[in-house]
Amino acid sequence: MKYVDEFRDPKLISNVAREIARTADPDRHYRIMEVCGGHTHAIYRHGLKNLLPGNVELIHGPGCPVCVLPMGRIDDGLAIAQQPNVIFTAFGDMMRVPGTKGTPLELKARGFDIRMVYSPLDALRIAQTNPGKHVMFFAIGFETTAPSTALTLQRARALNARNFSVFCNHVTIVPAIRAILDSPDMRLDAFVGPGHVSTVTGCRPYEFIARDYGKPVVISGFEPLDILESILMILGQLRSGEARVENQYRRIVPWEGNLPALRAMGDVFELRPYFEWRGLGFISQSALKLSNAFAAWDAEVQFEVPGVRVTDPKAAQCGEVLKGVLKPPQCKLFGKECNPEHPIGALMVSSEGACAAYYRYVHRDEPVSV
Amino acid sequence: METIERTRPAVRFNDAQIEMAHGAGGKASRRLVEGLFLPLLANPILQALSDSALTSVNGVTLATTADGYVVKPLRFPGGSIGELAVNGTINDLAVSGARPLGLMAAFILEAGFAGETLREEVEAMASAARRAGVAIVGGDTKVVEHGFADGMYVATFGFGTVDPRVRLAAERVVEGDRVLLSGPIGDHGITILLARGDLDLEASLVSDTRPLTPFAEALIERAGSALHWMRDPTRGGVATALNELVRGRDFGVTLYEESIPMRNEVRGACEILGLDPLHIANEGQLIAVVSGEAADGALAAMRAIDGGENAACIGEVRATPPGSVLAVTSYGGSRVIDMLVGDPLPRIC
Repeated sequence: MKYVDEFRDPKLISNVAREIARTADPDRHYRIMEVCGGHTHAIYRHGLKNLLPGNVELIHGPGCPVCVLPMGRIDDGLAIAQQPNVIFTAFGDMMRVPGTKGTPLELKARGFDIRMVYSPLDALRIAQTNPGKHVMFFAIGFETTAPSTALTLQRARALNARNFSVFCNHVTIVPAIRAILDSPDMRLDAFVGPGHVSTVTGCRPYEFIARDYGKPVVISGFEPLDILESILMILGQLRSGEARVENQYRRIVPWEGNLPALRAMGDVFELRPYFEWRGLGFISQSALKLSNAFAAWDAEVQFEVPGVRVTDPKAAQCGEVLKGVLKPPQCKLFGKECNPEHPIGALMVSSEGACAAYYRYVHRDEPVSV
Repeated sequence: METIERTRPAVRFNDAQIEMAHGAGGKASRRLVEGLFLPLLANPILQALSDSALTSVNGVTLATTADGYVVKPLRFPGGSIGELAVNGTINDLAVSGARPLGLMAAFILEAGFAGETLREEVEAMASAARRAGVAIVGGDTKVVEHGFADGMYVATFGFGTVDPRVRLAAERVVEGDRVLLSGPIGDHGITILLARGDLDLEASLVSDTRPLTPFAEALIERAGSALHWMRDPTRGGVATALNELVRGRDFGVTLYEESIPMRNEVRGACEILGLDPLHIANEGQLIAVVSGEAADGALAAMRAIDGGENAACIGEVRATPPGSVLAVTSYGGSRVIDMLVGDPLPRIC
């Protein structure tokens, strides 16, 4: 398969793995954070961890939008789902994420109209074919998915589709990275930068990491060769004492980003003054809401929601895992009370969640490198 | 009568309500079957939890199986509910080492369902039964109000006699055995997913529904008692079938990731949708575990069958890690392959 097989070539992978072993200083311990949950999954799905020297430690970052969403927001979305004549739509990733009173899927089994969509445009289409119903799209994601929500809202406005709304949970990645860099318990050497987010934002937003914090950033693709090459580029920078933003994912990520997508986001969204992230707490200017011009399509304006702040179950250590302080198996609940069928936290069910990656792909008896 | 004592980890069913995942063939299905049906209906035949129930009558081992079909849509590229019901039932017998002798079918029909569509589905059943040389010898019909049953559901029952040359059981699987697969995986599940039209994806893909009797017979003929275990990886896919094999055992299965046959259309759809092809349902594939010495011959026998050209050896039985299915890549990467969790594709059969 084109654009996949080339990046999974066994010989090239072995070559890069050897080059990594040669470049890494054996007397040094490297702590590299892959920001993106998609990278975490690719690393374990392809077993890349086994190809790295023991002193190159990967720290899993907060780049899983489903995981960082506090439970109260899920409760709010599900409260709307239980209003009469409402069709709740969301990406499949949301379907097994627990709120205080269950997951969207459990609510669906009880008879509420909850549907999985692959694109917000599908949700708008459902609204058009069900004029007697109100269709709410539970929007989630970083800059990767925010433009498609923005385009859908622009289209809803053009069509004057009044039975459609968006419950907006879009967040932005840079404030979260800054929060991690400022966190006293986090010592990192470098970042594998987000791939999909950067297709929209470009590479410039990460320049402060190199400039102000002196840490290398390499924007990476998601195939085995992409990730290994990015780690090699990081080790090269560290060896020569440099700190720059480099773009390994040039075939997809333009340095300046995707300008039409950024324009659509600017048209539809504005920054919230602050937003709560699971594990990271309240971060200012880290999330998007619909601008006043789109109030007619803003579910937070159109519906009354409980808006209650819900704290995570005490025993769950999702926050520590999200910040990279703990590896998933170090959480007391991992694989026991919390498993993919009965998740306590979203990290166990999201396709970008670190706990889900460990549970799915890592052998239980394998020692966790710390 | 032969009873097989199996020590399985105790499973409890405490779920508050039935969800789609209970019908998906993965972990939730296992909890329902082993945590509710098994303890309440307890008996030695059921205890084996195989595709068919085996009972011995006058020295002949009878295999019986029951199955339900609720696929949506009723028709899809490469097949329909009627053909699927016949092939699926035959396949449960075939992978138990049995020659199918007869089938029965119970129809649950919705008031308002088009008579012509029902006729076409019964014709599809008749033609599938003829193809496999099996008669449909009985059945039942019930009708429910308009708005239920999505047109039609079919429940089937099948029976046959087990070939005396084989004894298929997980207990017979040992380190060094090879895992053979009859052809490319994921065709059925992805075809149904695309046929629903919810995704703006198109691919020239058809369901793999077919009778597996030629494969089972060829394997028995060629490998005889060196054939240790067979399964048709339907719901939950190859991953779930192999996890059921290794669970609680002192051996594991290691798959060679790159040797698993798969069409580019299936691979592409799975990459785009974030699905693991090893979890996608098949309706015309067979997994066989045979001794290492018999593997080459058994594979050649499968490849000689019309439609078996892509059969492959996809892995081997290893002592470590016990109870787990691993996939390894040629560059040294490895990952655990777990059973299906949840239900990414409801009502595929």
